[in-house]
Amino acid sequence: MSPIPNKHRDMLSTDRQVVAVPRNQAILAVVLRYRTAPLLPAVLVALFGLAALIHPSFGAFDVQSLALVALPLALAAVAQTAVVIGGGIDLSVGSLMAVSNVLAARSMQGASLSETCLLAVAVVVVGTACGALNGLIIIASGVPDVVVTLTTGFIWGGVALLILNQPGGGAPEEFVALGAGQLWPWIPNALLLLLAVVFFIWLPISRTRLFLGIYAVGSDRTAAFRSGVDVVRSVAASYAIGGLFCALGGLFLVMTTGIGSPLGSAHYTLSSIAAIVLGGVSLTGGRGQVFGPVLGAYILSFIPAILIFFEIDPNYGEVIQGGLIVGIVMAAGSLKLKGRSIQ
Amino acid sequence: MTRCNTTDGGSLSFGSRLGLRIAADHSFVVLLALLIALLLAVQIIRPGTVSSGWVSNIVLFAAPLGLLAGAQTLVLLTGGIDLSVASIATAAAYVMATNVEIGVAPALALGLLISILVGLLNGIGIALFRVLPMIMTLGTNLMVMGLLTVYSQIAMAQRSGVPEFLLFLDSTKIGGLVPCSLFVWLPVGAILILGLSRSGFGRSLYAVGDNPKACTIAGIRIWKVLIADYVASGVLSGVAGLLLIGSTNAADLGLANTYLLPSVAAAVIGGTSIFGGRGGYGGTVIGAFILTILESLMTLLNASEPIKQIIYGSVILLIATGYTKLSK
Repeated sequence: MSPIPNKHRDMLSTDRQVVAVPRNQAILAVVLRYRTAPLLPAVLVALFGLAALIHPSFGAFDVQSLALVALPLALAAVAQTAVVIGGGIDLSVGSLMAVSNVLAARSMQGASLSETCLLAVAVVVVGTACGALNGLIIIASGVPDVVVTLTTGFIWGGVALLILNQPGGGAPEEFVALGAGQLWPWIPNALLLLLAVVFFIWLPISRTRLFLGIYAVGSDRTAAFRSGVDVVRSVAASYAIGGLFCALGGLFLVMTTGIGSPLGSAHYTLSSIAAIVLGGVSLTGGRGQVFGPVLGAYILSFIPAILIFFEIDPNYGEVIQGGLIVGIVMAAGSLKLKGRSIQ
Repeated sequence: MTRCNTTDGGSLSFGSRLGLRIAADHSFVVLLALLIALLLAVQIIRPGTVSSGWVSNIVLFAAPLGLLAGAQTLVLLTGGIDLSVASIATAAAYVMATNVEIGVAPALALGLLISILVGLLNGIGIALFRVLPMIMTLGTNLMVMGLLTVYSQIAMAQRSGVPEFLLFLDSTKIGGLVPCSLFVWLPVGAILILGLSRSGFGRSLYAVGDNPKACTIAGIRIWKVLIADYVASGVLSGVAGLLLIGSTNAADLGLANTYLLPSVAAAVIGGTSIFGGRGGYGGTVIGAFILTILESLMTLLNASEPIKQIIYGSVILLIATGYTKLSK
């Protein structure tokens, strides 16, 4: 990577006039590289401020319900991030969450707490296997990821209905309280769980050699292959990691809702994509971190609540999600064109 | 990924491209054989099922899917994909049905206008802002469904209804045999098949899908082709929605929900490459028939909904895999 930038730098230092342009270019480069990510904390804080302003009784309870709504979406967004970094896309996220959700709710009903924990581990293993299967089918068939995951999403949806044909099941109260309760006011368990997942599961995984391979494959498949990265393994791993976080999302859905619902998580597929677009993950692969998508999930979950505070139909939330996807990718597209024309 | 593969396809040698052509021709025969095998399976499982009445029923059911898959074929040919076809169809039908009070013709025009606008938005994003087609259409899909949900609460007070002639189009058969939806599907199909192979626009769709760089050098304005393509896809989806509401006779927000996967699957099964540049509407029509017969076969076998979904999905994956292997 280094020789070309060095050559550029030599050119820049000898010619003053060119130096003036790169300052713009540097800003553009920062925008292109980090996209929306640096803005997100400010947006979230602004939303909190807005909510407190128009809704004076905004307090611990609202924070708690926001954390509950945002938890499954954040997990879906993390799952999508893993797949998109690897250069793919997973349109089966919602169905995979549904499978683990109903699997957990059906098997945990009436179980003791220790059994429940074992079952939770089993559900995560199953979810990871389902995700890996997605990746293996994509590689073995040669059919593009969009078509494969659209189809497997349909199949997983059938599997979820097979496990539980209507909303039902349940889990021990202690297990539900683990997600639905709050440790002390203003600090909901759902937020702590999310932080735990990000710091103790995502960060260790994303620091492995395997994940470095996923980044490499996502950014340039041919180059990764020529540098000795096992492409098949990396693609399968990115989908398996996606499956793992979908399974966790499904488990947390049991905690936050108390039941399993075979059709209730379909919307997470599209929302997960909205969250990662908002979170600044490059849809062409090879780039992205997890904090952007998680913040994106929180912002997306906050929007309907704020709409209600303003007495606007919360269904506009979906419109805003769609508008955000379209607006951000269009802006990114025009910036990229601009970047290319400067270079 | 899709883009990368399209350019790969463009750099193939002449010999291997000839091989691909032959494989594609060959697979058309395979497709017909599959259709006949499915018909035989239906006949064997429940002897006497395959009659002229049954066939005309299948045609009736296949018509909306055939049109939606046509919309999908148009964009797949350019190397894109349209994940908003189902919501466009629903929106066109729903808005039409809730506005019949202003007259049938204006209501129909309003429904189609919406499909044109969404198609135009898709086209502008994809052609001018170079957004990945999948992401752009996912975004518009979300926007359309959200707006439709909001609109449905306003429209609840309004009287909704489905015009007589749409009911006539999608649920009656002339002489008990010829389904009226053919009056829409046949001309549209003919225009698509002839237009794709004979017209300049049709050929430029293949060219853009096969090798966009060469198109630019040859002087094709890719953005014009793409915008026209997505608008055409939107209009076809809208027409499909109008046909669909004729068969269900009720304005419903989930009208075309289940048609998204089949629309992609019918085109892919019919031999249209998702990487662009290869395929056609003839194959898509056969694909739509295969999917419709498969569905009716599973109903004959009394399969429950989950089992249906699993089998349906697996068959689509198998056929798509077979195609990709054949043409690589």
